[in-house]
Amino acid sequence: MSLQKPVMRGLLAKRLRFHLPIAFSLAIAAALAFKFGVTEPRKKAYAEFYKNYDNVKEFNAMREAGVFEGVRPSGE
Amino acid sequence: MQPLSPRPPVEPCSVLGGDRRRGKEAKTDIFPRKICSFPGASLTPATTMLRLTSARVGSLLARRAAATTTSSVRMESHDHSKVSETVDMSRPLYWDRLDTPLPDKPYRDVLTDAEKSLKQKEKGPWTELSKEEKVALYHLMFCQTYAEMKHPTSEWKTVIGGIFFFLGFTGLVFWWQRIYVYPPRPRTFESEWQAMQLQRMLDMKINPIQGFSAKWDYEKGQWK
Repeated sequence: MSLQKPVMRGLLAKRLRFHLPIAFSLAIAAALAFKFGVTEPRKKAYAEFYKNYDNVKEFNAMREAGVFEGVRPSGE
Repeated sequence: MQPLSPRPPVEPCSVLGGDRRRGKEAKTDIFPRKICSFPGASLTPATTMLRLTSARVGSLLARRAAATTTSSVRMESHDHSKVSETVDMSRPLYWDRLDTPLPDKPYRDVLTDAEKSLKQKEKGPWTELSKEEKVALYHLMFCQTYAEMKHPTSEWKTVIGGIFFFLGFTGLVFWWQRIYVYPPRPRTFESEWQAMQLQRMLDMKINPIQGFSAKWDYEKGQWK
C-alpha cells in the first residue's frame, strides 16, 4: 500500500487565495457600514442643527439660566 | 501456576518500586485510590487534594476531609525506619501520567527470582503466557492503569467549596468595612444635588446636537 505524496508547496498561496478576498470584502463592508451608519447621519445631524442656529438667542438663554460668571442674568 | 509472592498489605506505590500487589481482588480494594507517591516531585492531583484537606483545621470541609483522612492516615502509617529515601533524579524515573503512556523505566526493575523467570518466559511467544501471567507482567511494568489515573477525584468539590467560603468571608469583610471604615457620603450623591446638576447640564446645553441636551425638549420642558 502506497500513500499519495502530500502537497508540499504552494500552501500559503492556496490559503491566501481563499482568505484574502474574504478579508478584503469584510474590511470594506465594515468601512461602508461605518460610513453610512455613523458618519453620514452625524454630518446630517450637525447640518440640521446649524441650519437655523441663532447663537445670540442661545447665549441669552444660557445667561438667564445663570451658568456664566462673567455675565450675570439681566435681572441682577 | 503458583502465585508470584504472598500478598503484602496494601500500600501506596512508590517510584522506587514499593511492594504493591494487586490481583483479582482489585475491585474490592479497601483503598480505592492508589497513591503512586514520589518523594519530592510534583504529586498527582489526588495526593495534592489530600494534603490540602487534611491540613485544614476543622472547618466546613471537615465533612469532605473525613472521607479522605482515612487515606492520609494510611500514608503516614507506613514504615519510617528509613529516615528519607534519596531519589537519584539524574536517572530515569517512573511516572504515572496521562500524557506519558510509556514512562522512562518500568515500575518494578528489581525483580524477585520468580519475576525474573517470568520475564524470561516473556521473551518467548506470548501465546504461551496465561492471562494471570500477562496481568502480572503488566503490573511489573506499570503502577496505575489509565482507568485508575483518570478516576474522578471529587477535588472540584473542595475547590468550589473553598471558593464560596472565601467569597462569603470577603463579603463579611466588606460589610464590616462599610460600617467601620467608610467616611460619610459626599453630599453630591443626594437626589436634590443630582437634580441641580442635571438642570445645570441642560442650561449649559451639554452635547446639544446628538448627545445629552439633544434629547431634552426645551419648549415643553421634558425629555423627548
